[in-house]
This record gives sequence, C-alpha cells and structure tokens, in this order.
Amino acid sequence: MIRVNGLTKDYGSRRAVDQLTFDAQQGEILGFLGPNGAGKTTTMRILTGYMPPTEGEAFVAGYNVMEESIEVRRRVGYLPETVPLYTDMSVFEYLKFMGDLRHLPNVEDRVDEVLEQVGLLDRADGMVHNLSKGMRQRIGLAQALLHRPEVLILDEPTIGLDPGQVVEVRKLIREIGKERTVLLSTHILSEAQNICDRVLIINKGRIVAEDTPEKLQARLLGAERVMLRIRGEMDDLPALIEKVKGVQTVDVREEGVLEFQFAPGQDIRPEVAKAVIGAGYDLLEMRPMGMSLEEIFLELTNSETRTDERGAK
Amino acid sequence: MRTLWTIAKREYNQYFNSPIAYVVMFMIMLVLGIIFAIVVRSSMQSALQSQMYGGSMSAPDNSPITGNIVFLLVFSIPALTMRLVSDEMRMGTMELLLTAPVRDWELVVGKWLGAFLFILTIVALTLVYPLILNGLVENGLDQSKLLASYIGVMLVAAALLGLGVGISSMFTNQIAAFFLTMGVFIFLWWLIGFPAGLVQGNSSIFEYLDMKAHFYDTFNTGRIMLADIIYYVSLTVLGLFVGTSAVEMRRWR
Repeated sequence: MIRVNGLTKDYGSRRAVDQLTFDAQQGEILGFLGPNGAGKTTTMRILTGYMPPTEGEAFVAGYNVMEESIEVRRRVGYLPETVPLYTDMSVFEYLKFMGDLRHLPNVEDRVDEVLEQVGLLDRADGMVHNLSKGMRQRIGLAQALLHRPEVLILDEPTIGLDPGQVVEVRKLIREIGKERTVLLSTHILSEAQNICDRVLIINKGRIVAEDTPEKLQARLLGAERVMLRIRGEMDDLPALIEKVKGVQTVDVREEGVLEFQFAPGQDIRPEVAKAVIGAGYDLLEMRPMGMSLEEIFLELTNSETRTDERGAK
Repeated sequence: MRTLWTIAKREYNQYFNSPIAYVVMFMIMLVLGIIFAIVVRSSMQSALQSQMYGGSMSAPDNSPITGNIVFLLVFSIPALTMRLVSDEMRMGTMELLLTAPVRDWELVVGKWLGAFLFILTIVALTLVYPLILNGLVENGLDQSKLLASYIGVMLVAAALLGLGVGISSMFTNQIAAFFLTMGVFIFLWWLIGFPAGLVQGNSSIFEYLDMKAHFYDTFNTGRIMLADIIYYVSLTVLGLFVGTSAVEMRRWR
C-alpha cells in the first residue's frame, strides 16, 4: 500500500530525508520511531502529497505521489503534527467542511459516526477554539478517518492526550490497522511496542533499524550481540559456538564473519574466544554490536518521554 | 466545481464571522449615504436655480454613486483579501487543504469566489441608493446606464479581488499582504496614469494600463466596451494565476 524508494528531501543545503526505502502492506501498522528532526514529518508530508521529494519515488495505494497526487490524497487520511483546525467553526461545521471537500455522500451521518468513534459526539456543536489540546487532537483524528481512507498517516497521534485517551486512541488505531494501512510516527518507545506491527527507526533522515517491536526490544534489552571475525573458512564454527554455554543464537553474516547473542549480564566472550582458538581458528576480531541501537533509544527516550510513558501506563 | 463551491461557501460564511467584514460593509454604506445625500441636495438646488433663471439642466444619474463604490472598493478590498490565503498558512490549515484532494487552482479560485460573492452582497446593498434616486427623478433613471455601471463595478471588484488573492498567497503575514495589495492598487489606479500625460508621443501603453480609465470613461457613462471587459478579466486571471503559482511554489520550499 505504501512503497517508498530512495526518497530524499533537501531543505536548502540541509538533507532532511536521506535515501529512505521501505514499504507497508495492507493491514499493517508501521511505526516511525525517531528523535525530533529525524525526518519523520517530512517523509509523511511527501507521502500525503503536501510537498514533492527532491529525489526518489513513493507510491501510496498504487499511485505515484508526485504524478497522481490527487488520487493519492483521495485515499489517504492524514493527521499532521500540529492539528490544523479552523478555530472559528464548530466541530460539526469543521468536519462537514472536510467531508464536503472530499465529496462524501451523507456527510452529516458520517460526521456523527466519526465523532462517536473518537468520543466527542457531545461536543459536536461546540466551537473548536473552546476545545482542549487532547480534544483537538481527536478532532484531527476524526478528520483523518472521515472518508474511510485506505491509508492512514498519523503524525504523533497520541501527543497531548491524557492517559485514558491515549489508551482509547491506541485501541482505535489498532482496530483500523486490521484492515487498512497505518503509518504513524512517535518518539515514545512503548507506544511503538504497543501498537505497531513493525517499526522503522530513523535518525538524521536514514533508517537505522527495521524490525518487529519484539525483535527490536530483544535486541535492545534481551540480549547482547557480538560480532566475530576469523581468518579463512568457518566450517563447523557456528555449531561449535552454539555449544558454548549461554549462547542464544548464532547468525552467519558472511564468510568469516558471524554474530552470536547471549543474555545480558553474563558475559561469555572469554569462553567463546577460548572455544574458537581451541578449535584452531585464527580469531581476528570480536566486537559488541547493537550498542548504537541502544544509544539511539537513549536519545529517543529522554527524561521527558519517560514520564509520558509512565503516565500512559 | 463542487470543491470550488465548498471552499467559496466557507469563505463567504467566514466573512460574516469576522468584524472586519461588517466594518467594511458599514463604512461603504455610510460613505455612499453621505455622497448620495450631497448628490440629491445639489441636484435639487440646481433644479431650483434652472427653474428660477431658466436654462436647462441634466437629470442626475447613477454615476456619482457607482463611481464612488468603485473608489471605496479600491480601499476596502485589501482588507478583505489580505487573510484569504495567508491566514491558512499561519494557522497551519494549509497543510490540511494541500493534502485533501483539492487542486491548487481550486483553492485559490474558491477563495476568490467566496470574496467575490461577499462583495456582490455589499454591491447589492448599495442598489438601495439608485433605487431611491429612481423615485426622485422624473421619468426614472436611465436603466441601461445603471446596468452598464453595475456591470463595471462587478468587473472592477473581480479584478481587484483577483490581485488581492494572488498577493495574499505570497505571504504568511497578513499585514505584508495588505500593504503590498494596497500599493499595487494605488499604482494601477492612480500612479500609472501619470506617465501617460508626461510621455511625449506613444503613451498608449500607460493609458491602456490605467485601471480607473477603463471604468470611468466607459462603464460609468453607460458604455460597455469589449476592450474594458477583456482588461478586467485579464487582471482577474493574472491575479488568480499568481496565487496558484505561489501556492504551488510553497510546496517546493
């Protein structure tokens, strides 16, 4: 449903998105995880047809975002980072206007439906400028859901919501994600783990990791990875290392290079080294991996978002 | 078309939510009312004089009223167009419109149409003065002249609004849009006429560009000329084109 190939965006001399390539299937919730200024919003803006990329191409629901922008925009629901609302309209008027722009049949019934979904039906006649930040966020979400889009692009959908609402909105997104494609960005790790089927971690416009939340978490917390390089052929070296007590997995990367995993806290590197040398291999290098990932997560989960997470639980 | 209409409708309703529209409406009606009173009074005086001393006088017509409507529009339209597109950028709602299935020109033309309908509402209100005058003058007003003048007023309004929307699209700041719009209007309405008088020989280009001449010399005297229609429509299209290009260029930044 979403296919991105070599996407690059420059703002003047600054490169905001750098050769981004990924895809998302129907019925998948893909999370964009990254610090502020990582290029999440820029990527989303390109996918929604708001701005063209400098290089590369992107397809949403089978249409090119550059060449068939209108077709893409018909099929995408978008909640921008700063929820854009006409503050001088009532909630109902605002959503009706958005529905009319999209030529929806029976707009008024549909508006009532989405207001029900986001739990704001009782505020339909209230003016937008009287709403709290969390309510505005939900109106923005209602606007994105209005035309039952095939692809939903949500930029920080739970920001500014109180803990109860966060749970509600996440439930709503999970439900929508069963049938449609959802791409959402967040800088809250627990949120990505909670809702997403797959997570892309981007930093400085590049994808630095891509996996399911479980695997990412395992890489992050559950195990330590070590890369090992030997001279010559490996033969039965993987099997040998697997036998060392404490080793969880062994992956061959290329000829002469493999990675093994062990539970954190019980450093078994000396044992592995002894086993390798004992079997007559020439050990060239042994280096811990995955540390950079941890660093990125540390950068992400700064003290501010940690309190957010606690609040959300 | 439907999208265009949706945007125009919102814009039209928007005017009635904001004080500026009422202020503009009130000022135009007030100033016109005063001018109307002066016109009626001086016509009555000259009628009295011609009765006493003999001689002939022409019956009053709509030209002082329609002439001043146009003059007031030059001053009030910058205030009505300044926020049209620029405010969407400031509020961030531009992101909403540019990611909805709305073409850039539909957005700009829709905005223009909403403003045009609002001006038409004001212009319709001003019809009250010619109608009163019609009752005061023996045999009534020359209706074809009245019609020509009002067609002229609408064309001038369309052109001014087109330019205003175009300039509003270039700015995020309403005040900047206001002053540039006002500057362009003053230039096209008054200043461009001066070189025509100064330049020896071929000054036709300045005469042609003079915005007020296309109204006062023809429409307001009851003549509808194709050249004038083309002039105002061209300005309207130019403004809308500039606006659409400005919105498009904003995407590339």
